[in-house]
Amino acid sequence: MTATVEELEQGTEPSREQAGQPAATAPEAPIVGEASGGPLQIVRSGLRLSPEFTRGIGVTVLLALIATTGRIVIPVAVQQAMDKGFGAASGKVDVTEVEHMVLIAACAVVTTMISATAMSRRLYRASEAGLAGLRIKAFRHVHDLSVAHQQAEQRGSLVSRVTSDVDTITNFIQEGGLTLVVSIAQMGLATIVMAVYSWQLTILIWVCFLPLFLTMRIVQKATGKRYSAVRGAIGHMLGAVSETLVGAPVVRAYGIEGRMAERMNASIEGTRRAQIRAQKIVVSTFSAGEIAAGLANAGVIVVGTLLGVGGHLTAGQLVAMLFLVSLFITPVQWGVEVLNEAQNAISGWRRVIGLLEAVPDVPDPGEAGQDLPAGPLDVRFEHVAFAYPGGARVLHDVDALIPARSRIAVVGETGSGKTTFAKLLTRLMDPADGRVLIGGVDARRIRFEQLRSRVVMVPQDGFLFEGTLADNVRYGAPGADDAAAAAAFEALGLGDWLAGQPHGVATAVGQRGESLSAGERQLVALARAYVADPDLLLLDEATSAVDPATEQRIARALEALTRGRTTVSIAHRLSTAQAADEVFVFDAGELVERGPHQDLVARGGIYAGLYASWARTAVGR
Amino acid sequence: MPRPYPVHASPTRRGLWVLGLAVRTEKRVFAGALLGSALYGSMTVGAAWAVGWATNHVVLPAFDTHHTSAGTLAAGGLLIVAVAVAKVLGIFGRRLLAGVLQFRMQARFRREVTAAYLRLPLSWHQQRPTGRLLSNANSDVEMSFMPVAPMPMSLGVIVMLIMAVVDMFLTNSVLALVGVLLFPAVIATNTVYVRYSGPRFARAQELRAHVAEVAHESFDGALVVKTLGREAAETERFAVRTRELRDANVAAGRARSMFTPALEALPNLGVLAVLLFGTQQVAAGHARPGDVVNIAYLITLLAFPIQAIGWVLGDLPRAVVGYERVAAVLAAEDHTDYGAVRAERHRQGAAALEFDRVEFAYPGAEGAPVLRGLSASVAPGRTVALVGATGAGKSTLAALLARLADPTGGAIRLDGTVLGDYAKGAISDAVALVPQQTFIFGDTVRANVILGAELSDEAVWAALRTAQAERFVRALPAGLDTVIGERGTTLSGGQRQRLALARALVRRPRLLVLDDCTSAVDPSVEAAILDGLREQGGPPAADGAEPGATVVVIAYRKATVALADEVLFLEDGAIGARGTHEELLTSSPGYRDLLTAYAKAAEEAEAEAASEADAQADAAQAAVIPAPHVRNQAEEVAA
Ligand SMILES: Nc1ncnc2c1ncn2[C@@H]1O[C@H](COP(=O)(O)OP(=O)(O)O)[C@@H](O)[C@H]1O
Ligand SMILES: Nc1ncnc2c1ncn2[C@@H]1O[C@H](COP(=O)(O)OP(=O)(O)O)[C@@H](O)[C@H]1O
Ligand SMILES: [Mg+2]
Repeated sequence: MTATVEELEQGTEPSREQAGQPAATAPEAPIVGEASGGPLQIVRSGLRLSPEFTRGIGVTVLLALIATTGRIVIPVAVQQAMDKGFGAASGKVDVTEVEHMVLIAACAVVTTMISATAMSRRLYRASEAGLAGLRIKAFRHVHDLSVAHQQAEQRGSLVSRVTSDVDTITNFIQEGGLTLVVSIAQMGLATIVMAVYSWQLTILIWVCFLPLFLTMRIVQKATGKRYSAVRGAIGHMLGAVSETLVGAPVVRAYGIEGRMAERMNASIEGTRRAQIRAQKIVVSTFSAGEIAAGLANAGVIVVGTLLGVGGHLTAGQLVAMLFLVSLFITPVQWGVEVLNEAQNAISGWRRVIGLLEAVPDVPDPGEAGQDLPAGPLDVRFEHVAFAYPGGARVLHDVDALIPARSRIAVVGETGSGKTTFAKLLTRLMDPADGRVLIGGVDARRIRFEQLRSRVVMVPQDGFLFEGTLADNVRYGAPGADDAAAAAAFEALGLGDWLAGQPHGVATAVGQRGESLSAGERQLVALARAYVADPDLLLLDEATSAVDPATEQRIARALEALTRGRTTVSIAHRLSTAQAADEVFVFDAGELVERGPHQDLVARGGIYAGLYASWARTAVGR
Repeated sequence: MPRPYPVHASPTRRGLWVLGLAVRTEKRVFAGALLGSALYGSMTVGAAWAVGWATNHVVLPAFDTHHTSAGTLAAGGLLIVAVAVAKVLGIFGRRLLAGVLQFRMQARFRREVTAAYLRLPLSWHQQRPTGRLLSNANSDVEMSFMPVAPMPMSLGVIVMLIMAVVDMFLTNSVLALVGVLLFPAVIATNTVYVRYSGPRFARAQELRAHVAEVAHESFDGALVVKTLGREAAETERFAVRTRELRDANVAAGRARSMFTPALEALPNLGVLAVLLFGTQQVAAGHARPGDVVNIAYLITLLAFPIQAIGWVLGDLPRAVVGYERVAAVLAAEDHTDYGAVRAERHRQGAAALEFDRVEFAYPGAEGAPVLRGLSASVAPGRTVALVGATGAGKSTLAALLARLADPTGGAIRLDGTVLGDYAKGAISDAVALVPQQTFIFGDTVRANVILGAELSDEAVWAALRTAQAERFVRALPAGLDTVIGERGTTLSGGQRQRLALARALVRRPRLLVLDDCTSAVDPSVEAAILDGLREQGGPPAADGAEPGATVVVIAYRKATVALADEVLFLEDGAIGARGTHEELLTSSPGYRDLLTAYAKAAEEAEAEAASEADAQADAAQAAVIPAPHVRNQAEEVAA
């Protein structure tokens, strides 16, 4: 046993080190951020994350190269037609020659089209597969993060990390990424062919574009910043809108539509301004490319003519050069566009990778973990302390035993640390100091699969998923059918309530369960926990919105149902405490009193005061 | 008068209507962009012409004669550069203004959509997932005006096409005919594409919204997912949607994979055709080689603009899908009508309240009304407790009081006037509702309390004091200026409720509605809040000794109920009984069962404890329910 504990102390990762930190320093706030690093680094780790992108890329690139090569066909054909067909050089017109040439060229064009189609299809398939994989990975990762992590970010923003942020990558991967590769290939190819025709003109063309290439890095950096600003502005905007949506009842009840409209309009305006700022820089780069193209064209005519006069170039070659310049310019223009698009994608990628890089600070030990012993579970807190990220300690040196099969009530003032205690007990968070043992096993060593099925908590706010009552009950036990769901309500003494629902267990609950009253949602959450059949049940003010008569009915039903299991109830209704085997009293983050109700009342401490107030306000004595 | 949206027209026509809307709304910007585009277009043709001119007048003579002059060369070079500069001006104007146009339209529609969200009643909101509404305001708006960006370009291209066609005909009419054949081919290709891809894009956009909905809901319920260990199942639920989206995107992509290369191939085939016939023309002496080159060059130059038209056309199906989703929000009927009655300024005292055979049924549940002919009246300054079982309709009634919904029958009167007759803003000035579920804005404590009203810090502190929130707010790092997270995650549940309470108190409402808002507050704190309210004679009183407000409080606790002048017991959708607490205890069995549940439980527990004391020794031995004094023993056992 001791050996295990020691292994464990060495075996567990960074959180252990944090545990050694002085009590004054709180851990860093676990904000889900953006991945840092250069653009190339981001693209590289993005590609590593989604191997689907590059799977079979060899064939795709080959097709792309064929498609690109096909583009050379036309200028060559024109040159051939000029020089051989209607002989600018010989003065004779050879129609058959041109017919042959056109036939061959047409075949090449069709081949090009087919290759381009095949390439594009492969790209769509690979990229969509990769993006779907990325979305799913990111989604799963959000659920693997700790509660603290999840709450550090606005939900709307988390949603955007698996939707619109991924979408920005889509555009780049599907249209941009390969276009960039193809563009570079085409530039290379055009350069080679141009060099065959005239190396002097080729150098001239490159010189015209050199300033553009040289300033690319700086310009790209600025572009990246402006695109990031756009994404930030959009995130801000969505935050403002989602706040208005979720807070709709308050907005209406307080007549603050004007204020909300102002806030949203300001963020909408901010988005527009950021977009235009990004647009300006993008347009400027594109225009610079166009100027370079004009210079290159003029240069080819002037210098080409001089070369021609000197006998270094034929007329057909010069005209071909003019076509080749456009073959060179187009990919440059495309490249500029794609690089801008890439900056956009990178800002989205940063956010997705940033999410995936966030290390779950309450990790599942998985295969390496331990199983819980069979039967009812006991819980031991050993000198447990806790601080919320960036905050002071809210729980100090809690040392307690919850014996197996016992019924514990946890009471204390609002903000005294009851919920925090519950979250540590169910391992939604890990202690900063000390440890929590469930069934004798350090909570950090228990496989989640075991932990979550044997230790179940019903949180304060009974969140329901859109669907029927039965669907929501099933959430606790996937195998449960409608009859089992109905039986659960029955067992909890809620048969009458269920009978009053329009369609029984098939009644729809609406989004977030909002077609039910707040108290009714809590009833469903209880039924859901009940069918999960846990060995340790933790209720965090699970019936706070339920009327007293129903609550007492449930309490009695639960008492019978949970006999032989361990139950911990957080309650401000002290009727619960009265019936418990033992009461834990929290005050300012410390476990200050514990014992059976009668003893604590007799002791005349904090609990006695709470109880007197309860008796006065609720019981009426 | 603009024509209405052609609902039944072809997708392309509907899409063009959306483009037309952008044009009509931003006429000047559009005109500027179009001007830029026309300049760009003509200069693109100009570039072809310049190259052709240089070929015929500079290059070929020089090659023929092996001689050229600096002047001619300079003329050729300068001509090309000048055309390029003009073209850049065109590009700059076109693209920048096209962006301005696109982003202005987006901003405009986002303002309209969000204004609709503020205007539409809660019942409308409750029927729509938040994730979907978010995507209406974001990606659907974006999608609607996607083709606006390349539009000036493609219109400019039309100018360019005309000029190019004229140029081609001037150069050589027979060859020009071959070139012109290109356009019907492009149109045919596009028609096939739009037919094929439109439904696929619509499906993809719909699935995109589904993916967002699942993600939003799943992250919303993340705590439940975690506590029940359902991460894998949730991921699978999301994965199913994601894979559907993937397949829809691939299907739409397949259409695009054929369309784009085909558009690219068409001009190339055109060039080859021109070469073929051009050769014959040259052989027949009807054309000069330069003409053939010119026309071939014109066609290759058109390749890119033709593709650009293709993008506009290619994006139209998506724009239609997006616009229709947005338009559905904008067209939603506003069921909240306001009257003209303003709350009179001089009326500062408590409000009189009257329920007159109020009926209410939630949309979609018309068969099972929640309130069925509820009648009652509350005199100004009275505090009434509203009591009823879970699901009896208390919150529903509270919502009706704040006019978050309107009764489906009967009427609620405030100071004798039906709520619906009050002007916009009059009700929220007079009534403050503290809902059962607290909502905190991601803002400072102060902003959360005042909500934009002009109120002094003293008033804020006073309200916080009454709500028993002063102590913890003072302990926050920046006091009133501390920013609290979305839905107040850095505060415990009870602390959030107290902030919400302060928010209502600070406004000195004439009617205060408290919906079980002390449910997450401990008894001692609740008692203190109630004492605070009582001391002030209700909420902060307007000068005089008269209580400042009528209070409707939904509660189960005896103390709260006892504080009330009168209790309304809500049963079967109506007031089942009314009177003082004591009266109802005797007159209403339902009320008695509800309110005495705790007292009964307390008695039982005491009786049980007495009998348990006897059995304690046995129990300890069996270690089934270890009492605290045997804890050390038990600890050893567990270790
Ligand atoms: N997510 C959080 N971040 C920072 N502080 C928190 C967070 N949740 C709770 N707290 C603080 O921790 C203390 C204990 O909170 P909690 O355990 O929720 O109290 P209780 O459940 O007893 O009402 C409170 O002072 C509260 O402000
Ligand atoms: N948005 C809704 N749509 C449909 N039914 C609803 C909605 N909200 C509440 N209900 C139903 O109306 C009844 C009364 O709810 P409510 O007023 O919240 O009860 P309570 O008295 O507990 O506050 C409940 O049976 C509930 O199921
Ligand atoms: Mg309610």
